[in-house]
Amino acid sequence: MALKGLDIFKLSPKKNCKECGSPTCMAFSMKVAQGAVSIDACPYFSEDAKAAMSEATAPPMKTIKVGTGESEYTLGGETVLFRHEKTFVSKTRYAVAVCSCMDDAEIDAKLAAIPAVDYDRISERMFVEMIYVNYSADASTEKYVELVKKAAGLNRVLILGCEDPEAAKAALAVCKDSKPVLNGATPANYEAMNAVAAEAGVVLGVIGANNDELFDNVAALEKLGNKNMLINACTDSVKSAFATAVQFRKAAIKDSNRTCGYPSIVNVAKLAKGDAHMQAALASVFTMKYGSIVVMEQMGYAEALPLYGMRQNLFTDPQKPMKVEPGIYPINGGDENSICLTTVDFALTYFVVSGELERSGVPCNLIINDAGGLSVLTSWAAGKFSSSSIAKFFQEQEIEGKIKCRKLCIPGKVAVLKGELEAKMPGWEIIVAPREAVQLVKFLKDMQ
Amino acid sequence: MPFTAKSGKFNASINTLTIGTGDKAITLGGENVLPFYTFDAPIENAPKVGIEITDGGMENEPECIQKCYEGCTTVVDMAKAAAAMEGVEFLSLRLEGGDPNGLNKSTEELVQIVKDVAAAVDLPLVVCGCKNVEKDAELLSKAAEALDGRNALLLAAKEENYKTVGAAAGLAYKQVVGAESSVDINLAKQLNVLLSQLGVNGQSIAMNIGTASAGYGFEYVISTMDRIKAAALSQNDATLQMPIITPVASEVWGVKEAVASEADMPEWGPAEERGIDMEIETAAADLVSGSNAVILRHPASVVTISKLIKELV
Ligand code: SF4
Repeated sequence: MALKGLDIFKLSPKKNCKECGSPTCMAFSMKVAQGAVSIDACPYFSEDAKAAMSEATAPPMKTIKVGTGESEYTLGGETVLFRHEKTFVSKTRYAVAVCSCMDDAEIDAKLAAIPAVDYDRISERMFVEMIYVNYSADASTEKYVELVKKAAGLNRVLILGCEDPEAAKAALAVCKDSKPVLNGATPANYEAMNAVAAEAGVVLGVIGANNDELFDNVAALEKLGNKNMLINACTDSVKSAFATAVQFRKAAIKDSNRTCGYPSIVNVAKLAKGDAHMQAALASVFTMKYGSIVVMEQMGYAEALPLYGMRQNLFTDPQKPMKVEPGIYPINGGDENSICLTTVDFALTYFVVSGELERSGVPCNLIINDAGGLSVLTSWAAGKFSSSSIAKFFQEQEIEGKIKCRKLCIPGKVAVLKGELEAKMPGWEIIVAPREAVQLVKFLKDMQ
Repeated sequence: MPFTAKSGKFNASINTLTIGTGDKAITLGGENVLPFYTFDAPIENAPKVGIEITDGGMENEPECIQKCYEGCTTVVDMAKAAAAMEGVEFLSLRLEGGDPNGLNKSTEELVQIVKDVAAAVDLPLVVCGCKNVEKDAELLSKAAEALDGRNALLLAAKEENYKTVGAAAGLAYKQVVGAESSVDINLAKQLNVLLSQLGVNGQSIAMNIGTASAGYGFEYVISTMDRIKAAALSQNDATLQMPIITPVASEVWGVKEAVASEADMPEWGPAEERGIDMEIETAAADLVSGSNAVILRHPASVVTISKLIKELV
């Protein structure tokens, strides 16, 4: 929550010595409140005053880091409840669960399936970023440690789901350098778990049977000096999991309740055990509503394709459109002799058009122009998708050297460009394609 | 010290809207909190789930859905089978074949199908057009006439044809009028206002604010719904308090993730599972953003989504 100028003034030295470059302490305080200057520009603010201010200006939700190197992820740090207010900053991350209660064959199959989903979508790598390694009291600590080692081999962030401090210690001994999460501080064991997590230098996941217990448990751990935590959405029912995820986020952001301001783990594998469709539904719900980590029993392409696409949409900057890289995209095995179609680099346009072109089965080259990430009509109106820009783009990309076919289809919405393009791009036959992407399949088939 | 949360209950609420008649009628809306925020106040009416069939019948359906209607030969057979499926609370009939750029079936032929289906099932009915605004004006007006007394939802009137559709559905036959706009709060509001000026009662309007599949610009759907619910509840904007209905099926069963065959995309696995999950995940996101009803196509999606709603309400 931002401090007001007056609050800062109350803490200021009130010397009015002008060393900060402002005429008075009051003027300086106002500038600090606006974020125009740093408090450090005044040499006389006391350390106590600065500490009081940093406490008051700390973001409502903590930013927690897990993992290391390429597998380091930032969780939390959100400042709003709705994406139109301000961009959501830390993407939901997905984990697949394994358990020491499973037999070796099942474990191997689960772990082997994790790397299977790995693909790019609009310059973003989509894969399972985390593995939830659950400890079962029915299996030995040795077996758990072996499982942790095996899972660590996949280079994902590990979440150790373990409420036994001794087993947790043994597991951390083999993986703590990769900065896993120790998930298992209950009201019954929180002191011991806190010591284990602190010693290993890892993030601690906090559990409570209901929101009250969870809140008290976080408060107790904060009292012990721990601020490096994740909260677990309750797992007794979908309804209460939803209540934790929403109410804690709301309390942190709307009511500045700092004890609620931690990123969350939602274990949908537990909430809908054995029901893959329900887990898919819940993964979507908790991506939308404030899950920082969502744990599932499996993540195949069926679950992943919509889920990662949804996440990509949700976490975009509401001011900035999504773009794809300009260039030549061969479709259905298109080569230098295949017909060309051109459009803009707005991601939505690209997806809809390329999807329809794929459906047509006709080999072709989709040529994506640099149009500022705007849709066809908007970029045309803004002068970013014109006959000159298209002709220039073809030159810069040396398309005539790469493609022999000289048939170029342009979107029906900019049919007006046909004449100008024919003049600017001699040798090309300019064809006006339909206005809507859905009509492309018929259009291409008819042309053959 | 227990966890204390401020209540997020609003003084305003979403309109309640009934579709259908008799025991099977459904009521949408009525809540004075954000979607599924039961911790703030109870949700008056749980969101509803409908299933969609088209005038094209079996041939029109993806292979995996044909399997679910085994033994059906006509659209009426399919309607009866759909009405008996688990979790189905209303039936949506999409008159796709009316598209002048497609099969261009005559209005008489399609309205006859509407009549036959209506005679065969007692569930609340939604009739969707073919997406061609001129044809829909005629189709939906005639459908409204044919369904006189059924309190059906005609989906939908758009800016281009709201006068014809609104007059027939809303004024002449007192059906429920769908108002379709394209993912923009101002367009949604404007259409509601235009329909009211025409004389259509705001209490008998359901909005389709536009839809998308997960991954295909869904952020616009999210933000439009977030902003509509905020205006309706916290600013008591009566021109945006209509319940929202989202035809998920017609979007998701067109995207490549759902329809590409396993032969084309071997690493993606069976197409049926991809289609179902695309439908489920999109519908779940629509519901938590504010849809008061969703229209789905695969019976397995209907089962999961109705279970999800039960668990959340
Ligand atoms: S330097 Fe500090 S003490 Fe001096 S005028 Fe500026 S704020 Fe006041």
